[in-house]
Amino acid sequence: MNQFQYVRPTKPQAAIDAVAKDANARFIAGGTNLVDLMKRGVMTPQKLVDINRLDFRKIEREGNTLRIGALALNSTVANDRQVRERHPLLALALNAGASPQLRNMATVGGNMLQRTRCAYFYDITMPCNKRQPGSGCGALEGINRMHAIFGFSDKCIAVHPSDMSVALVALDATVQVSGPKGNRSIPFADFHRLPGDTPEKDTNLEPGELITAVDLPDSPFTKHVHYQKVRERASYAFALLSVAAALDIDNGTIRAARLAMGGVAHKPWRLTAAEQALVGKPATEATFQQAAAVAMQGAKAFKYNEYKLRLGPNAIVQALKTAAAV
Amino acid sequence: MAMNPEPDVPAPHDENRRNFLKQSSLLTALALVPAPVVSAAEAKLDERVAESIEKVPLSLKVNGKKYKLSVEPRTTLLDLLRENLNLTGTKKGCDYGQCGACTVHVDGQRVNSCLSFAVMHDGQEITTIEGLADGDKLHPMQEAFVKHDGFQCGYCTPGQIMSAVACVREGHAGSEAEIREYMSGNICRCGAYTNIVAAIQDVKSGGQKV
Repeated sequence: MNQFQYVRPTKPQAAIDAVAKDANARFIAGGTNLVDLMKRGVMTPQKLVDINRLDFRKIEREGNTLRIGALALNSTVANDRQVRERHPLLALALNAGASPQLRNMATVGGNMLQRTRCAYFYDITMPCNKRQPGSGCGALEGINRMHAIFGFSDKCIAVHPSDMSVALVALDATVQVSGPKGNRSIPFADFHRLPGDTPEKDTNLEPGELITAVDLPDSPFTKHVHYQKVRERASYAFALLSVAAALDIDNGTIRAARLAMGGVAHKPWRLTAAEQALVGKPATEATFQQAAAVAMQGAKAFKYNEYKLRLGPNAIVQALKTAAAV
Repeated sequence: MAMNPEPDVPAPHDENRRNFLKQSSLLTALALVPAPVVSAAEAKLDERVAESIEKVPLSLKVNGKKYKLSVEPRTTLLDLLRENLNLTGTKKGCDYGQCGACTVHVDGQRVNSCLSFAVMHDGQEITTIEGLADGDKLHPMQEAFVKHDGFQCGYCTPGQIMSAVACVREGHAGSEAEIREYMSGNICRCGAYTNIVAAIQDVKSGGQKV
């Protein structure tokens, strides 16, 4: 691993300054992805700014919003009483991710910022536009069974690996950010980017911007929720594909719905058209099948991930059936 | 390297390693060090200055003993335990957070020590497999692993046991399915899972203090 300078500021502004002024500096929180990437030479920061002494760990309610500090651990959030009662979908998604040990290290902000698990990104002997812009995409004509079916470009077909983020985009979360130019809020759906011509940029964060919290508005989705994760072993593996489903059902009729997929795009993939196809309909398998068909419109497979075109709608129907308990 | 069991005493430098590094080619050394250190060397500053850039003070408690150390930031907690403190019970399996062999407790919570820089644990309390037993009396989970043959080659066992203790303490050992889910971060290539689950269930149902 390359050598680096290590600093541990106690004030947010000092942390932001340290990264904003140095293009080779990176924040580190849980480190579960960054340390891995540094060991492989995929990322080679010259300075690490340890933000663990900053006061962004609290989970607290303000008005009609649950504010989750960016440094709250994945395990803490998954076990938090308010999260489990008001946003059970988030707890389900968190517990579907990684292992108990990793959830004890990984933070909310870090989970959002984890890099793709595309094997071509990880292998520094391979071309990868995300790791080395202009070098090409190894996955496009390569082993692309884990890759995107929505929103990709000819520069990058990688997927975002986070489970937590799939629940957060479904639940209309907002990301609170602090940076050199002050504070701002980013709707969760606008936080991650599609690859386009700049796959090296995973998110819309500006240099030096630090995630301070994630806000979740109160929602009616406290009962009929499910996170359906499909992976190659029973636990502790990244999703081939996942579905976050939340329904508000009144006397058998769907009053409101939230639906998002993971493992299908460069960002957590919200399915708003499919949500609209559910509203006002009876909570039955036939309704769910129709919504799944809407959700999959525009999907396109590569050589080795064609299975996702069938797995996707099946997982959506399964998630909605489990959420609705029908 | 010798470990230092006395409280609050710095660990000794590894003289052989230092000498070897001093004898190796300056050019090679320059090629491997980051810009600030190269600048220090070019400006003919003495080695102490370069070293102060490289190393960071670190105080932590491991298995009840206090250590005051000076470590390179890129040293992982796993490497610090094994290479600097000679606590080789914690195993390096994959070194990428995928197998769980390196599981230790930090302030009572189980973590993968391979994916964490040691300097990030300043002021924290680490427990490794060496810290579980009470003198010659094995921890109940260690006894249960022996009783149920919860291993074959034994390489993953320290991590399995550290994870198993945490699994019970967290309240995640309520059923076989729950144990399997909450032990999923520990891979056993020999496939001793059935007996590992039996050992954990035995400890859980035995009601001993873990």
